[in-house]
Amino acid sequence: MELTREEEKLLKGEGGESLAVAYRILLAIGEATEAEKLIPVKWAHLSGVNYNTIGDSGMAFLEKFSKNATVAIRTTINPMGFDESKTPNLSDEFIQKQMSIVRSYRMLGTTTSFTCVPYEIFEIPEKGSPVSFAESNAAVYSNSILGLLSNKESALSALASSITGKSPYSNLLLDKFRHAKVTIKPDYNLSTELDYGLLGYFAGNTVRDNCICVDMCKEKLDTIKAKALSAAIGTSGSCGMFTNEENNQQEVITCGKEEVNTIKDELSTAEGGDLIALGSPQLGLNELHLLAGLINGKRLTKRCIVFCARAVHNQSTQTGLIDQIENAGVEFMCDSCTCLTPLITRTDFDSVITNSVKAAYYLKNSNRIGVSLKDLKAIVKEYAN
Amino acid sequence: MKCRTIVGGYGIGNALLTVESINFLSMIDTEKGIIDDMHHELFGRCIKGAVLVFPGAIGSSVGAYAIYSLKVNGVAPTAIICSNKADITTASGCAISNIPLVDSPDVESFLAIRSGMEVKVDADNNRVCLTNRTV
Repeated sequence: MELTREEEKLLKGEGGESLAVAYRILLAIGEATEAEKLIPVKWAHLSGVNYNTIGDSGMAFLEKFSKNATVAIRTTINPMGFDESKTPNLSDEFIQKQMSIVRSYRMLGTTTSFTCVPYEIFEIPEKGSPVSFAESNAAVYSNSILGLLSNKESALSALASSITGKSPYSNLLLDKFRHAKVTIKPDYNLSTELDYGLLGYFAGNTVRDNCICVDMCKEKLDTIKAKALSAAIGTSGSCGMFTNEENNQQEVITCGKEEVNTIKDELSTAEGGDLIALGSPQLGLNELHLLAGLINGKRLTKRCIVFCARAVHNQSTQTGLIDQIENAGVEFMCDSCTCLTPLITRTDFDSVITNSVKAAYYLKNSNRIGVSLKDLKAIVKEYAN
Repeated sequence: MKCRTIVGGYGIGNALLTVESINFLSMIDTEKGIIDDMHHELFGRCIKGAVLVFPGAIGSSVGAYAIYSLKVNGVAPTAIICSNKADITTASGCAISNIPLVDSPDVESFLAIRSGMEVKVDADNNRVCLTNRTV
């Protein structure tokens, strides 16, 4: 990859240590993805905010990195470990370390949005705009549904883009990589968000290209299903985009009920659970409306936590939606998400009920808790009366 | 063996070979450097001091920080070889951790790599050397 004279200088450290680190990262990923050059991006979205995801070494890295760096473009960030407005039932050590990370992101000048669904909250740049999204569900959703151009960035590559305002001109930023070579064809009817999540997990796990074709009716793909599909694709693989544009040169891989059941059996290890956890990705307005409709006049028989972004919570408080949902016994957690949450541990829970394939994957593999995967309607039917 | 350099440097160690990709966030104990995903081919194996030979990272974008954690905790691989093209997570994690990273090795020599074989990764010269001797 060719750097401009100015970029070369910054790589050598003339703009300070953090910019040098950032250009070192951009150079490595530029080489890996065979970029010719760096191009300006309009928006960076960073992962690596929850202490459980980056640990002590990540915390120390960010503290040093943020001392002499400032974001050059709009930069939003992922959820952290707990709801900032509540006193969390967590160790002082966790809280202190989490707040150190938050301080570093504030020092960098990021918008501390604590959301994994920035595309549901912030104004979307015009179609075809290059962005740098680390959160995998956000990268997949933005490429596939919104027409933004983002590679499936890493936490560090998006961080590098945030302070340089640039990203390597490669992979999904180029039109030729935004066409699929393989089509995934489900041979059964997709109906619930869980069906789309399981299909996404299969697709991401099976195809390692930049873009995959999923044979489905895109009109039926509402925001909720598209989020489930995007999050699952991002969890199981390296693919950053799906399309439904078929052409006759594509290889076709059938996804049968049997394949999907195997994935479900692997992720769903329990019959039921002690807690219902909704939100990975965090729930947006559409999902809150759907949930409110389903539980209207009912009361949940299990403890239920809904993870959503503070911006969505604030907006929904004004419209009365939050009250409506809380009346059924739901607890809200802002600023955080199910993924590697410190709020759901093995000490307190044997197993958790969720409709999210991504949540199931991380609850099972990182939190080491049993999971019962069910779609939202089934959850309400079984656990509310 | 010819290959392409992504992150420069020199590393030597026993090859730890897998055809399965790795989610660095959920599959590795970053304090011990042990793969702790029961379903992974390398379950129970330690990557400390090894030359990791694998297709690439999958899943979480935070995997890049996990690679850095391995380095800070002293349990990182001495070098990494990606069997195809290196991915963004692995490349960025190696870049800040100074872990030599090469990819796209020529197919014939690549197929000669066996787990446990001593591998020298000379990323500064786009070269990987194999010997049958174990370290």
